[in-house]
Amino acid sequence: MQFMLLFSRQGKLRLQKWYVPLSDKEKKKITRELVQTVLARKPKMCSFLEWRDLKIVYKRYASLYFCCAVEDQDNELITLEIIHRYVELLDKYFGSVCELDIIFNFEKAYFILDEFLLGGEVQETSKKNVLKAIEQADLLQEPRHEYFNVPVY
Amino acid sequence: MMTPSLKLQDLIEEIRGAKTQAQEREVIHKECAHIRASFRDGDPLHRHRQLAKLLYVHMLGYPAHFGQMECLKLIASPRFSDKRVGYLGAMLLLDERQDAHLLITNSIKNDLNQGIQPVQGLALCTLSTMGSAEMCRDLATEVEKLLLQPSPYVRKKAVLTAVHMIRKVPELSNIFLPPCAQLLHERHHGILLGTITLITELCERSPAALGHFRKVVPQLVQILRTLVTSGYSTEHSVSGVSDPFLQVQILRLLRILGRNHEESSETMNDLLAQVATNTETSRNAGNAVLFETVLTIMDIHSAAGLRVLAVNILGRFLLNSDKNIRYVALTSLLRLVQSDHSAVQRHRPTVVECLQEPDASLSRRALELSLALVNSSNVRAMTQELQGFLKSCPPDLRADCASGILLAAERFAPTKRWHIDTILRVLTTAGTHVRDDAVANLIQLIGGAQELHAYSVRRLYSALAEDISQQPLVQVAAWCIGEYGDLLLEGSCEEIEPLQVEEEEVLALLEKVLQSHMSLPATRGYAFTALMKLSTRFHGDNNRIRQVVSIYGSCLDVELQQRAVEYNTLFRKYDHMRAAVLEKMPLVERDGPLVIEEAEESKEAQLSEATPIPTEPQTSKLLDLLDLLDDDTEDAQHLAPRDPSPEGALGHLLNLPCHPPALYQTLPPIPNLQVFEREGLQLNLSFVRPSEIPALLLITATATNSSGSDVTHFVCQAAVPKSFQLQLQAPSGDTVPAQGGLPITQLLRILNPNKAPLRLKLRLTYNHFGQSVQEIFEVNNLPLETWQ
Repeated sequence: MQFMLLFSRQGKLRLQKWYVPLSDKEKKKITRELVQTVLARKPKMCSFLEWRDLKIVYKRYASLYFCCAVEDQDNELITLEIIHRYVELLDKYFGSVCELDIIFNFEKAYFILDEFLLGGEVQETSKKNVLKAIEQADLLQEPRHEYFNVPVY
Repeated sequence: MMTPSLKLQDLIEEIRGAKTQAQEREVIHKECAHIRASFRDGDPLHRHRQLAKLLYVHMLGYPAHFGQMECLKLIASPRFSDKRVGYLGAMLLLDERQDAHLLITNSIKNDLNQGIQPVQGLALCTLSTMGSAEMCRDLATEVEKLLLQPSPYVRKKAVLTAVHMIRKVPELSNIFLPPCAQLLHERHHGILLGTITLITELCERSPAALGHFRKVVPQLVQILRTLVTSGYSTEHSVSGVSDPFLQVQILRLLRILGRNHEESSETMNDLLAQVATNTETSRNAGNAVLFETVLTIMDIHSAAGLRVLAVNILGRFLLNSDKNIRYVALTSLLRLVQSDHSAVQRHRPTVVECLQEPDASLSRRALELSLALVNSSNVRAMTQELQGFLKSCPPDLRADCASGILLAAERFAPTKRWHIDTILRVLTTAGTHVRDDAVANLIQLIGGAQELHAYSVRRLYSALAEDISQQPLVQVAAWCIGEYGDLLLEGSCEEIEPLQVEEEEVLALLEKVLQSHMSLPATRGYAFTALMKLSTRFHGDNNRIRQVVSIYGSCLDVELQQRAVEYNTLFRKYDHMRAAVLEKMPLVERDGPLVIEEAEESKEAQLSEATPIPTEPQTSKLLDLLDLLDDDTEDAQHLAPRDPSPEGALGHLLNLPCHPPALYQTLPPIPNLQVFEREGLQLNLSFVRPSEIPALLLITATATNSSGSDVTHFVCQAAVPKSFQLQLQAPSGDTVPAQGGLPITQLLRILNPNKAPLRLKLRLTYNHFGQSVQEIFEVNNLPLETWQ
């Protein structure tokens, strides 16, 4: 995988994970163009499109678009499964996740993603293991909120 | 007293509360100022909070480079919260382009070596996301050590970090290849998955590695088999499929190992068949595995039966209600259509149905695939389907569809008539989208099918009468009408209903095209030339045509104007040549331009009259004209440079050079002379003396017949004094039809080097009113200008 972007229906970026080295300017340009392209797609269209020399796999969950750029030899259908697994993980962690959770806890979204994918590849296929790892890490965080053992910034 | 810094979530609330972009900017600028101050003052307690806020505004698009150094400080801190945010910041703000990135190498090294797993995890994650080549070189040994650590959590990350390192520094493959064998024995799915990914990366980069790992094919087959046959596992199953991620990765590695290797391919054959038949297909996860299996089967040396099975799976995918599945099926079938053509052919009906897909990316693939499946046995049916598609397809596919149909028609047309019909239909439906050479191709095709001339011209005439807006169609129709106008008038053609067409109607239609604002300049050129050609095909008095021609002599379009002037000259001074110049075109060769260029030069040579022309002007073999005239090249130099005609080579043929009028303009025109009249038959002489060759006199003898009876077997002979040289060219015919029918013209060339007074004797023989007539007489009253 080359990168993953999460954005709202208004085109606001909620998460950007880049697995290839690009300048800030290039990232902004790609993001802008891709967001525009995906938002222009009609609801009945399929989840795959060709963009530049990449394959784009995207899926909308409620008000958020999950968009991945994969290479030519990558399997689009399994990429859909990767997106779905990530959504499931977020859902399990936040309890019925919604866009606001991702906005207010964006750093958590990154931490969870980083336990599922590494360097653009799947590192852990067990949901249980991923969530356990996040829990462990959360426990190590200091300081803690007074009443809930949840790290607070 | 320092104000306590905003909590992250509070800042986010504040930003979201901003009503306008300007307000948001204000909030952010204010907060960034605080953050900057906080960084300057060095507040270790809240540094992680400040950076987190900074990362948030960075995602909104605001600059955050001043946080880079803070990332370093946070990573170096012993506190986990600091490290977590610090590493996240490094991944978001630092990359190999900044020199600062190297500074975290040491911290990463330390974190890799200390024992707390989550910390090691952070370090490995960061290294594999933004690690540059230098960093990878520096830290390769640390990562190698971690491959053998007891904790699966760390090992799985170490393996994937190794993958990243090899991508950045391929030489590191040497370090990471040896551990693979042992790692392959892992039971932990994460480590196994990482290992398979690592082996894949190694094999893709080095043929030596590829050879080395072929020996693990049996082991891979075993792992996959266990996965497939094992029952449901809460931990790893997705929609009834055991760890589809791992299955797909193994299948991909098997593909790479089995490619071009008979033995390995054989080892995996059974397993692939098993996966292909047993995988659950109701949900996407199963289909993802099935898809990868198909790709592997098609890429290795699989048994024929297995290949057919794979293509059939794709065929089934085409019927799946999930359009994503249909998409991958169409894409894959497109890749296979060359190598496994007959297997894919079996699914042709389904593919054709996919043309109706509302999603443009699917219908585009369906179109490409459909075109690839056309062959000589299904061409009629397929063309029908594709023509239907052409009518309703989205505009961006029109051009491809039209060219595709035309190409298929060219390759597989069962009959010429079908071919012409097909092109006609395409031009009518999608005329504006066809490629430029479609017009030339169709003209060439029609020209070559002599038996279909009448048919073609009728069809085209009807199409044109209905609609003059589709330019390629109009161009072809105009050309055809010009060429075969006589066939159009004949009335009956066995293949289509009789069509009664009057000359006036045809001329009116062409004039309409000429005047229409929808017609492109090229189209008007075609129509104009067609009109001119009809002057010899039709039997009317050409007044209408002459009128149009003279009007366009002052047309603003330079191309049209030039033609009009030339045609006008053709009417007035070279009427005897008109029939020859405008006669039916010979078949243009496919590499036509060469022939046409030579023909042009010959035409120019003809008109410049520098040396005797031994051949008849009516000759139908253009190439014969090339035999004449030593002065060919010289004459070519005298010509004004010609603008390239926009409509292509065919137009050039009738582009008569326009300089003859210029050459002759210096001399006042010599008046015509009527030399003979008997019972309605008249003979007129017109004279021309080219200024370049004062000794030359050109006489055009025109015989007209206003009587009620035809004049036939007309022959005119001439004689001149000895000092003159006379050459008589072949007449345009030997019949002058009654009531002002088409006159006979004949050219006489007289060379008078001594400037002696001209004397001319004529002998006429012909049949008129049922009687044969002979008349011999000397021409009196020859104007002085003819010899002085």
